[in-house]
Parts: sequence; C-alpha cells; structure tokens
Amino acid sequence: MAHAQDTYGILAEFSETPAFYEAVGKVKDAGYKNFDCFTPFPVHGLDGQMGLGRSKVPIFTAIGGVTGFCTGTLITWYMNGLDYPLIVGGKPFWSPIFPFPIMYELTILLAAFGTLFGMFAMNLLPRHNHPVFEYEDYIKCGDDTFFLVIEKADPQFDLEQTKAFVESLGSNKVEVLKA
Amino acid sequence: MPEIAPELPFTASDAESREKLLAKVKPVEAPRRELVTGDKDFHWVTEKVCGIPESKTPRWWWIMFCVAACMATFTLAGLTWLVSSGVGVWGLANPVNWGWAIVNFVFWIGIGHAGTLISAILCLLRQKWRVSINRAAEAMTIFAVVCAGIFPLFHVGRVWFAWWLFPLPNANWIWPQFRSPLEWDVFAVSTYGTVSVLFWYMGLIPDLGTMRDRALKAGKLIKAWAYGVFAMGWRQSNRHWRNYEMAYLLLAGLSTPLVLSVHTIVSFDFAASQLPGWHTTIFPPYFVAGAIFSGFGMVLTLMLPLRAVYGLHNLITQYHIDCMCKIILATGSMVGYAYMMEFFIAWYGANPYEGFAFINRALGQYAWSYYIMVGCNVISPHLFWFKAVRENTALVWIICGFVNVGMWFERFVITVTSLANDFLPSSWGYYSPTIVDIFTFFGTFGLFSVLFLLFVRFLPMMPMGEIKAVMKQGDAHGHGTGTQAVPHDVHGKGGHH
Repeated sequence: MAHAQDTYGILAEFSETPAFYEAVGKVKDAGYKNFDCFTPFPVHGLDGQMGLGRSKVPIFTAIGGVTGFCTGTLITWYMNGLDYPLIVGGKPFWSPIFPFPIMYELTILLAAFGTLFGMFAMNLLPRHNHPVFEYEDYIKCGDDTFFLVIEKADPQFDLEQTKAFVESLGSNKVEVLKA
Repeated sequence: MPEIAPELPFTASDAESREKLLAKVKPVEAPRRELVTGDKDFHWVTEKVCGIPESKTPRWWWIMFCVAACMATFTLAGLTWLVSSGVGVWGLANPVNWGWAIVNFVFWIGIGHAGTLISAILCLLRQKWRVSINRAAEAMTIFAVVCAGIFPLFHVGRVWFAWWLFPLPNANWIWPQFRSPLEWDVFAVSTYGTVSVLFWYMGLIPDLGTMRDRALKAGKLIKAWAYGVFAMGWRQSNRHWRNYEMAYLLLAGLSTPLVLSVHTIVSFDFAASQLPGWHTTIFPPYFVAGAIFSGFGMVLTLMLPLRAVYGLHNLITQYHIDCMCKIILATGSMVGYAYMMEFFIAWYGANPYEGFAFINRALGQYAWSYYIMVGCNVISPHLFWFKAVRENTALVWIICGFVNVGMWFERFVITVTSLANDFLPSSWGYYSPTIVDIFTFFGTFGLFSVLFLLFVRFLPMMPMGEIKAVMKQGDAHGHGTGTQAVPHDVHGKGGHH
C-alpha cells in the first residue's frame, strides 16, 4: 500500500441510527475485529451488534466494595475495641452490629470510587490524543453523526477492499483516517 | 384428529420462530410518549443544551448572581460572628440545645434527596423522563449538601477541631465513638456528598467532551483546555460507552441504598434518643419520604423558571411536570400518613410523656408552627390531584414553595417542640432564634443560588447523550422512543434490555 504507513483506518459516517446499526452488524459478520463506533449517545444494543462482551467494570466495583467493608470493620474494631476501648452501657467493646452503618457507608463509598476509576481504567482514559480527533469533522460525532472506523490493525484490513466494503454499507461519507 | 379449536387466521406453536409469529400476528406498535416534543433532531438538542453555556452571559444572570452573592455574605457574617464569639450567639439555651442548626441541616440534606432519586432510583426503574432533569437535580443535590454541611460543622463550636469527627489520629490519642448516630451521620453525609459528586461528574464526561470540541472549533482555547481536562479525552467511542453505561448502572445501584440510608441515619440522630416525640420507629421511612417530597419541591422550584427563561419546553414537557407533581403528591401523602400515625401510636402506646409530646405539638406553645407544617405539607400537595392545577405552571411553582416552607417547619416542629417541653415542667423553655441564626440560614439560600447559577452558566444543564438515546431517532430499530423496544435479532450477548 502506498499510504499504509500513515493510515489509521477507514471512517464511515452515518446519520440514521437504524442504518448505522445494520452496517455495524455487517462489519462484524464480515469478520472484522479491530473496529470501533463513535456515537453521540450510547446506542441501545450496539455492544451486542459489535460482538462486544459484558463490561468488566463490576470487578472494580466489587473490589472497592469489599475493601470498603473490610476497612469499616477493621477501623471500628481497632479504634473502639482495641486501641481505645470504651465501656458504653456495659456492652461489648466491639460487635459487628453497632458500627454497621460505618461499614455500610464505606462499602458504598469505595465501591463508587472503584466504579469510576474502573471505568477510566477499562477505557484507558485519560488519553487526550487519538487519530479520530484529527478527523476534520470529528465534532459531528458528539452531535448527530455516527462514525464507524475499521482500523488498519485489523488482520483483514486492506485499504482498497475494506474501503470498497465500507462504501457498500450505505454510508454518507467514507474517508481514510490518518494515523 | 378432528379440529376442535375454531378456525383462527394464525396458530401459535413453540416450533415457530419469533419472527414468523410476529409476522403473522402483526402486533400494533405500542404508542410511546415522546420525551422530546416538537419533532426535533439530535442537532437541535446539541445546540439547545450547549448554547446555554456558550452564549453571552445574559443580564438577568448577572443580576441574580449579584443578589445571590450578597445573600451568601449573610452566612459569612453569621459564621464569622459565631466563630469569633462562640455558639452562645445562637438562640440555643436549656432545654433547647438543638435549634435551627439541626433544622437547617436536615432541611438541606432532604432537598438533596430528590436529585439522587431522579438520577439513581428512577434510572433503575427505567423512568426515561428523568433524562432531561437529572443533571440539574444532581447539581442541586451537591449544592444542598454543601449548604447542609455548614451547620453541623459550625455547631461543633470550635470549628477548627471539626476534623476530630473523622477517624484520624489526634494528639489526645482518642478515637470517635462509633456507637453514636451522630458519628454514623458523619460517614453517611460525607459518603453521600462524595458519591453524588462522582455520579454527577461521570454523567458530565461525554458532554464535557462535546463542549471541549465545540470550544476548540470556535477557537476558544482556554475554554477547550478547561473542559478538556475534565473530559479526560472522551471520544464517544462505543467501546467506552459500554464501560460507561455499566459504570452508570452500578453507580445508580450504589446510590439507591445510599440515599435511603442517609436520611435514615439522619432520622437516627433523633430516633435513637429517649426523648418523647423523637423516639419512634416510623422516623426512618417518614424522613426518607419527607426528603424526597421536599427535594422534588425544590427541583420544580428551580426547573420551572429555567424552562421559561431558556425556552426548554420541548425538553421539560408537561409530562415531566405531571410526573414530578405526582411524586410530590405520593410522598406528601406518605408524610401526612406519618403525621397521623405518630399521633395514633402516641395514643395507642399509652405512654403519658409521648401522648403529651404530641398533644403539645398541636395545642402547645408551638402550635402555630405545627399548623404551618400541616397546611403546607398535608393540604397543599393534594391540589395536585387536579390536572388543571398540574397544568398551571405558576400555581405548581407556588405550591412547591409551600412544600419547601412546610418541610422546613416539619423539622422545626420535630426538633424544637420535643425539646422545649420535656419531662420536667420546671425546665421548660421557649426557643427563639437570634439574628445570627437567621443570618446564617438566610445566607445559605444565597450560597445555594450562587452555586446553581454558576452551574447553569458553565456546564451543560442536561445530559445530551441520554436525551438523544430516548428520542425516537435514537432507536436502532426505528421503534418510537426505543425505550422498551426489544430487538428482533440480537447478535451475540452483552446488550442489556
């Protein structure tokens, strides 16, 4: 390929949600793996259409929640039961019942942090540069246009063939995206 | 075998595929309510929502901002007075040692609850109408928590020791006492504030990306940089949306038990004590219902003027107002029921002190505040049974004002009437706020307004992505608003419906 070195992929624009959705299904069925969609909003069912599995963010949430619960248990036990035991109403210095609100709130707090940072981690964000930002009409995918990008990194990628294939999908505009 | 069933144009059998069956039955498309009216397209939504912070600052904004900032200085004055003199400058005196500070704290925290209800609970319940109001309501939550936090923070007296509330090592080698509901409150409110900020911020990320790109295109580099830092390089990728949506759902799932726990724990501040009038098991659910009631009152108080000023009638439709009025009606009825049930239990429980506490509320020295509370909270929301009332925006706004006033008085009634006339008549007293109390509370409305005005001025007030997703053009299968549509052919897994 003449322009193989400075090519990131092929970008196709769509303006209608159903047509875009169909096109994405065809790209997946054609066997492409390294492709992405850029959409103004999360299109319902597009993950399945792209062949993406379930998100891994819940793992981070669970880790955060368990950490929070254990932290709540440990700090209340250490502070009220071990380091500075206080007799209140002749009750045991520590039990899992009275500090439960602390454990509960810390579970939620750290699970929420786990969720947000897990989302960033899974998305490899922050990353302020990306070839798609360089596309002249990039701004449209935050507005009303859907982009479908097949990356050069895909094993099936061939500039001429892939471009012809993408053009057959009913896109409004097909462009080669520079790396 | 003879045919027994009457001849039908179609038959259903398990062997038949869903598509074939649907082709035979030809189900009618269920009519779906349009959440964005006026036949608008995606571009209109972007322009409308981004246009507000991008346009020139309107004159009314500056006027409101100056008025609000002046109001906020009253809080500053009140707090300066307090810190330089001591908590004695408040109207607190034996036997009422918990006055306006706790009343204002519970009032503001309660306001916040509607924001979380809209963003979390209505998300789990798939109430799609929430999308156009959730961002502003969440902002309201955060600013209300800021206002609420001021009161307990300064009520500790020596505010520079407020950090002792947190389990941090200090020079006295002592730790917080985790048996106290007040300590639970520290954790509940600080978690609530933090998680609300996280949830709000995550919702903002895609829109901040759009604001960044638009600022860049307009050549406003500082703006683009400022939005861009917080947008984290969001690029609208669906591989990102997938994790984002999961995270959103999880945060909604985490915020739901959180918001219910916050006002529950706030109610424990009262209910875990032995004082008649406070020591009741109905407090947690009753406080949560009251919080949502007052919060929706505040959401409408804020959103109706914004809708008029910015012409958002296609995004906040009469349907949205109806829904919110009905929630006010439902929660207001719960609150009214709780008032009745408290009286019933006071009688049925046959405890003379509790019986007195409630009779005294209705007939004692604070009866005036009790009837303000009943008038505003029990009677006024029932006007929302009438469609004509719900459709009269000005009237809705006025009723919401009554709701806000009534809910402040509810907390006043609970706190002050119970304390002023306790077990020993020789120690009874009458509590009145001082000018410092009044200044501090009055100013928090200014602080809240300053923060809300800044939000309206600089951030997209509505989540554009979420709105576009519930528009009829946003459905991948061309089904109405696409909210309940089940795709006929789902390839692979992962699409949650």
